[in-house]
Amino acid sequence: MSKSMEVTEQSSQQLNLRSRPLAATIILVLGSFTVLFGLALSISVGAADIKLSTVWEAIFRFNPDVTQHSIIQELRLPRSLADIMVGASFSVAGAIMQGMTRNPLADPGILGINAGAAFMLAFCFAFLPGISYNSLILFSFLGAALATGLVYGTGFLVRNGLTPVRLVLAGTAVSALLMALSEGIAIHFKLSQDLAFWRAGGVAGVKWEQVTTMFPWVVAALVGALLLSRSITLLSFGDEVATGLGQRTKPAKLFGAIIVLVLAGVAVSIVGPIAFVGLIIPHLTRYFVGIDYRWIIPCSAVLGSLFMLLADIGARMINPPYETPISALFALIGVPFFLYVARKEGREL
Amino acid sequence: MENILPLEAERKKKIRRITVLSILAILILLTFIISMNTGYSSLSPMEVIRTFFGMGTEKQSLILFEFRLPRIIVAILVGAGLAVSGCILQGISRNALADPGILGITTGAGLMVVLFVSFYPSNTAAPVLFLPFLALVGGSLTALLIYKLSYKKHHGLLPSRLILTGIAVAAGISALMTILTLRLTPQKYDFVAVWLAGTIWGTSWEFVLTLLPWIIVLFTFIFYKARILDVLNFGDKLATGLGVPVEKERLKLLAAAVGLAASCVSVSGGIAFIGLIGPHLARRLIGPHHQFLLPASALAGALLLLVADTLGRTIMQPSEIHAGIVVAIIGAPYFLYLLARSKA
Repeated sequence: MSKSMEVTEQSSQQLNLRSRPLAATIILVLGSFTVLFGLALSISVGAADIKLSTVWEAIFRFNPDVTQHSIIQELRLPRSLADIMVGASFSVAGAIMQGMTRNPLADPGILGINAGAAFMLAFCFAFLPGISYNSLILFSFLGAALATGLVYGTGFLVRNGLTPVRLVLAGTAVSALLMALSEGIAIHFKLSQDLAFWRAGGVAGVKWEQVTTMFPWVVAALVGALLLSRSITLLSFGDEVATGLGQRTKPAKLFGAIIVLVLAGVAVSIVGPIAFVGLIIPHLTRYFVGIDYRWIIPCSAVLGSLFMLLADIGARMINPPYETPISALFALIGVPFFLYVARKEGREL
Repeated sequence: MENILPLEAERKKKIRRITVLSILAILILLTFIISMNTGYSSLSPMEVIRTFFGMGTEKQSLILFEFRLPRIIVAILVGAGLAVSGCILQGISRNALADPGILGITTGAGLMVVLFVSFYPSNTAAPVLFLPFLALVGGSLTALLIYKLSYKKHHGLLPSRLILTGIAVAAGISALMTILTLRLTPQKYDFVAVWLAGTIWGTSWEFVLTLLPWIIVLFTFIFYKARILDVLNFGDKLATGLGVPVEKERLKLLAAAVGLAASCVSVSGGIAFIGLIGPHLARRLIGPHHQFLLPASALAGALLLLVADTLGRTIMQPSEIHAGIVVAIIGAPYFLYLLARSKA
């Protein structure tokens, strides 16, 4: 017992050497303020520009007779809050996946988890129309779990597990399969165009009901992620090192996987299968704060929210009054980044 | 010294190859017949045969000759073209998982088609002959980009980088397509959605005639180059030692593969996995020599797409499942199986 404590002590010291708590604290504090500012900005920007002072009034001195106030309360506020939660969810999911699997290319979109959730939603649209949003979220988890099972199941069948490149390939194949199935359902039930807009990824139509339903899930999963963060750091050193340092890897991995599924599932059920947020943000965060997941996870959440808010503002401003699909926007930023990561870490792949 | 036995083995191999090729051809013929009499209005096999020899009613011959036959021929040509394209890509990259769809070449060709559809005035008839050229431009640009990004000096083409780059580039191009498609009018949107799902939409003789010259010219060129593909399989160093100008030949073959994939995709939409499964099946049945592998891939690909298209038309009548979806549902698990079997 005391021995393992000692080892843990040592490992924390090692961690401290390669993590940058100061940078992390700055990101957390400054980032949170910027998120708040971004929130206000995001509420004020759109088809009808609204002054920041009006935004303030709408939130704290709401007057239902003022049109702008109701626009803010009914449309803009839920949308921006959804941005924040979705951004944080995808980023933290990506961070956990990258840490646990030691795969720099892991991302819920690239590994097919989003496609799984999307497939389940297509299924629900077709066979269970009018189910409550809460059950929709549960189905979304189920789909995410299905895809993860397929991707990692393939990995289990290989003796030494899959290399990152092969995992990406498995993810692509599983995505292709589940997308084809959703497409088949969509075409058969004539849901094509409904699904297309949802799949393009947008927070435009988010309602309060969705925001309040997803809120407890996201908060619970994020708290879980924080509690698990130390184990993830250990896992990111490799299974053997983690075991040597007294980490029980199996329960940690299982718990981590559940958190990833919840986060990705909820986020996809709101905005559609957006890829690359979960890839970019954890890398950026690690660059700033080092390798300790106790810092990476909260900072990823903050930076992810910020990124998503800004991207959503951007999507509205690029070509008004049309909204540019946010998933496309992310892909255009994300693809070069993916290539960069693949090249930089190419030797290990 | 090494006379009788190797000769005997050689003969057996030859018989085996001929058998495999003939069985594939017979299967295609069978599917052809089945495909001819399935569809929205079904004809019995006898009716099909009678109509074929000019003894059917006017309505029957209209259905057969103007709707079913061209579609079946296009499916066969596209399947063969995509499979051979995949076979070449697997050969030159020495990567068993290469496929024009997975590598993004299909997507690049598709982008040009979508661009064309979104900017072309919808009230005039589209010049069909023009589409393969456009697709070719898109496919080539994409291939060039992927090649550039995955090429490394002194190391040549890095197989794993090629595939990762392909996947990433495909994702980027799909994103551009999403932006474009959401702005289309509902009519054009429907066309593009169907195109992306991968269906044989070019179902008139015009398309057969557009596609045929491409297939004939490129197949001839590729079969002529079969030996080079064998040599490239040995690796760059050995191939150079054997006197093959590796880079030059590889570019020529890549161009041919892109040409095939792009011209096929221009009439069939985004069908992936045919270029992966076709050559794999063929290699299992007939071995690694490209002289036989290429024709076997062509036949296997044609058979697969024809079966997929026929299934798609019949499973869920009256609504039609696009061939691309059927192929993905069969192809993706097969891909995973290959992945699981491959050495990590």
